[in-house]
Amino acid sequence: MGWRFFVAKNPINNIPIERGIRMEQRLKEILEIAESELGGITDMKALEEMRVRFTGKKGMLTEVLRGMGQLSPEERPAMGKLVNEVRSEIEGLMTSVREKLEKEALSARLVKEKLDVTIPGKRPALGRKHPLTQAIEEMEEIFIGLGYDIAEGPEIETVYNNFDALNTEENHPSRDEQDTFYITDNTLLRTQTSPVQIRVMKSSEPPIKIICPGRVYRADTVDATHSPVFHQIEGLVIDKGVTMGDLIGTLKLFAKNLFGEETDIRLRPHHFPFTEPSAEVDVSCWVCGGKGCRVCGGEGWIEILGAGMVHPNVMKACGIDPEIYSGFAFGMGVERAAMGRHNISDLRLLFENDLRFLRQF
Amino acid sequence: MKVSYSWIKEYTNIDADIKSFCDEMTMSGSKVEEWKVLGEGITGVVAGKILSIEKHPDADKLVVCKVDVGSGEIQIVTGATNVNAGDLVPVALHGASLPGGIKIKKGKLRGAVSDGMLCSLSELNLTLNDYPNAIVDGIFILDRDIKPGTDMIHELGLDEEIIEFEITSNRPDCFSVIGLAREAAATFKKEFSVKEPKPLEKGTGNAADMISIEVYDKNLCPRYTGRVITDVIIEPSPEWLRKKLRDAGIRPINNIVDITNYVLLEYGQPMHAFDLDNIRGGKIIVRSAGEGEEIETLDDQPRKLDPSMLVIADSERPVAVAGVMGGADSEVTGNTKTILFESANFNMTSIRLTAQKLAMRTESSGRFEKGLDMNSTLPAVNRACELVEELGAGKVVPGVIDVCANIPEKKKIPLRPEKINAFLGTDIPREEMINIFKPLEIEINGDYAIAPSFRPDLLSEADLAEEVARFHGYNNIKATMLAGEGTTQGKRSYKQNLRNIVENVCLSAGLYEIYTYSFTSPAVFDRLRLPAESILRKTVIIRRPLGEDYSVMRTTTLPEMMKVISHNSNRSVAKGGFYEMSFTYHPVDKEELPEQRTVLTMGLYGGGDFYDMKGIIMNIADTLGIAETEYIPVIDNPVFHPGRCAAVTVDGKSIGTIGQVHPEIADNFEIPGDTVLCEMDIDAIYGLANLNRKYSELPRYPSVSRDIAVVVDDEVSAGNIIKLIKATAGSNLEDVEFFDVYKGEQIGAGKKSLAFSMTYRSAERTLTEDEVGTSFDKVVKALADKTGAMLR
Repeated sequence: MGWRFFVAKNPINNIPIERGIRMEQRLKEILEIAESELGGITDMKALEEMRVRFTGKKGMLTEVLRGMGQLSPEERPAMGKLVNEVRSEIEGLMTSVREKLEKEALSARLVKEKLDVTIPGKRPALGRKHPLTQAIEEMEEIFIGLGYDIAEGPEIETVYNNFDALNTEENHPSRDEQDTFYITDNTLLRTQTSPVQIRVMKSSEPPIKIICPGRVYRADTVDATHSPVFHQIEGLVIDKGVTMGDLIGTLKLFAKNLFGEETDIRLRPHHFPFTEPSAEVDVSCWVCGGKGCRVCGGEGWIEILGAGMVHPNVMKACGIDPEIYSGFAFGMGVERAAMGRHNISDLRLLFENDLRFLRQF
Repeated sequence: MKVSYSWIKEYTNIDADIKSFCDEMTMSGSKVEEWKVLGEGITGVVAGKILSIEKHPDADKLVVCKVDVGSGEIQIVTGATNVNAGDLVPVALHGASLPGGIKIKKGKLRGAVSDGMLCSLSELNLTLNDYPNAIVDGIFILDRDIKPGTDMIHELGLDEEIIEFEITSNRPDCFSVIGLAREAAATFKKEFSVKEPKPLEKGTGNAADMISIEVYDKNLCPRYTGRVITDVIIEPSPEWLRKKLRDAGIRPINNIVDITNYVLLEYGQPMHAFDLDNIRGGKIIVRSAGEGEEIETLDDQPRKLDPSMLVIADSERPVAVAGVMGGADSEVTGNTKTILFESANFNMTSIRLTAQKLAMRTESSGRFEKGLDMNSTLPAVNRACELVEELGAGKVVPGVIDVCANIPEKKKIPLRPEKINAFLGTDIPREEMINIFKPLEIEINGDYAIAPSFRPDLLSEADLAEEVARFHGYNNIKATMLAGEGTTQGKRSYKQNLRNIVENVCLSAGLYEIYTYSFTSPAVFDRLRLPAESILRKTVIIRRPLGEDYSVMRTTTLPEMMKVISHNSNRSVAKGGFYEMSFTYHPVDKEELPEQRTVLTMGLYGGGDFYDMKGIIMNIADTLGIAETEYIPVIDNPVFHPGRCAAVTVDGKSIGTIGQVHPEIADNFEIPGDTVLCEMDIDAIYGLANLNRKYSELPRYPSVSRDIAVVVDDEVSAGNIIKLIKATAGSNLEDVEFFDVYKGEQIGAGKKSLAFSMTYRSAERTLTEDEVGTSFDKVVKALADKTGAMLR
């Protein structure tokens, strides 16, 4: 194409024919040679060599330029222009060949650089939180989203906060030394996280919405389902006009969040000293969905929670007027929840901290 | 509480099948733990009449019986020796199942055809207590007139549906068949009735002339009701009574004892029968035990009593531990002729403490502990007398001795239906509430509800609300979402967030979180090589621990961390890293509650070293914005290698300790010698952290780096060199980083080479070589002057 352009634009009709024509032919020749040689170029080295031969300082075009001395001054500009046109034509052709070669070289390199992507990756060290922490945090997140704060309290508590303020009768079996670790007559290892509720109710004004996760203690010897140390998470809401319907609604929402949208709950009347009415709460079995299976013992329901409306005596003990306020509380065992969801059959595994166990969660 | 469904049905016309009965009862608050058929798995057993017995032709110890089993005559080979022609026995037919999954099949025994099996008591899951006239290791000969072929499973009550209820401590009334029947009737909206017991009193004289009863402390014994029976004939109870006790899990003994147990189950009122002829001085005295007084109880155990315990005594000695167990030498025996029935009410706390002290929880004490109705002593004792007459076990002497304190008035509770509805989130009309209360025997008087005396749990309006909710159905209350007036914003506290940040650094360092027990053994302090005066030995002590290993609250978390490392390394887990965010507990003088400190514990073994651990701490400090942490060598921490331990300090205050374990500690705890541990005081960190970050402008001018390597005496610390460099290099020093330590022959003994990289930068201009060079020279000179460092 360039050549045709070159012919059409040929401006030199006033130079002496023979010399002018010879140089012009020589240029045409050079261009033709370049074109044909370029077709055979397959590597950068050959291309560079060609560049030197054609457009280099001692190359063919330079040679033509040198011959321009034989031309008349009038002829020179036209011929000079012609040489430059041929030079840029050749350079252009070489550039496109270079680009093509570079592309080919890149593709070839990429092929060579191919990795076996099935070789395992190099993993930076990364630890995991304990399954109990994972369970607690998941529950915390649900309630934080509902406007609850996370409250904490000491594990060594007063008998007052752990029992008396929670309306636990003097004779309640849970007070027995066989069940509870006492430090003195007035202090003990808390048997439930509920004393945190007492602390919060005493130190703050309603509305109160809290979740209290924490470690609790009961004098159970260690076996597959018992541990003297375990964990609970409790919730407490105190406000004006809180109803048992609100408790049920909250627990439903919680259960759906934790066990899936299809989950239903069921409340069974029960007795806790600190709530009235009190309930044990079952969720529909997360394995069979309520049809009955091995996990739920054929019942279709799994007990996970205790709950109820805060007992007026508890509120009074904390300086909250039960005629003005009402509230609900609920609590569950963290171990039981974690074991259920991960299919862990032996509670001891949770406190043994075998790395091969911890890595699984 | 275990009871047969059929017994409950004696007081109410419920006809629900057992499954729905149990479900409904659970949903109205009487939780059914489980139910089962007494003779579950026993099938195909009928009455058979032995027609003839012949010797087995080929076996000396076997006989061949022809047996009429109603449907025909079959042949059974048995080894039993107590059967005779004409006997009626239980026969397991071909295809029958017996306890333990035994299947009975036709077969041949030594060549003789045997179509089934004659059953002994134990083969039917029965005991001699159930059928005292049978023998232990022979065939169960039936002492009754029934037709061959009669279904023995029904005949022996093996088809009874036994329900086990979980009774909560607030409902002592439900520790009785009558109480459960009342709940059942209310649940199913059926009739409920209990016949008032009225003994015919065919005895002579008056009870009051035969025995006097005196109660010293009416707080401890608000009521003591007694009746006397003469002409007692002690014998086994009739089968129906034995069956009822058996179904409830109580061993039948004799007619009189069985009657007291029957009444205990039926009314929930514990009773006792004394052999009146063994009560000395014609007197029953309810008093506190004397110091050092002793009694031999029914179980033939001598018991030491103390004045905190209430006893029933005669004029000379205790004859029963009140409410717990009777004494051996006044118990009813085969020779008993006259008895005194005791039906009393005792103080619940007193009974609980006594039972606890004597370590003897009985059916009786378990009920008294929960607080019984003072009104039930009289009907219970009358019921016992009625049964004596029914069984022909003796003559009831007219007159009741009833020593009774004032019976408290029934509790009046304000009833505001609108308040209850507001509380439950329901819309239940007053009438419906009253209909719920009626079968529970809660009376209505104007705007008050009056709780029956057997319901000590009904005290306030919330308790009434629960009754309404129970029978309206908890699950019929509409689920709503909180619509409280105030709003709250849920969030984690600053401290909670901070701990989370720390934990995330631990996780990103590859550490796994562990959970360990908070109590430990005091012996652990010796294993930690702590000196006797160590403050860590001052512990919170558990008064009655599960064992030595769990007897004190931990003051350091390191032992549990080491236990975890030991557990893992002993199980060929080659390396590991752990952290625990937990507490230690420290007694505080004159404070009721000890101090609880939050501690981060970290441990590495099998491939990590001191500097790996230190790096994690540096990352924590960095992430928390704690600018200057210093690491001060600690040579005398008994847990750690004296040359590889440091206190982590900020502004001169220690916030933690890091170190490689002392070889002796490694031995004591069976952990690898390369274990590195760290204990950090999180409570101290709360105040030091600064999560408030401000942007500082990115550098506009290039930096200049200079490496410096110096040879110093071994004792000179790298930390000290860094300090000196920072102090002398001038304000253009941006950073100094350690990058190498070298010891070797070229350096010379007692020397080491330390190499650092210094970065200079100015915020205003590009630094010149000269400026940097001048600073560098100053550093070299300062290091030489202060530490004798030689440039390498």
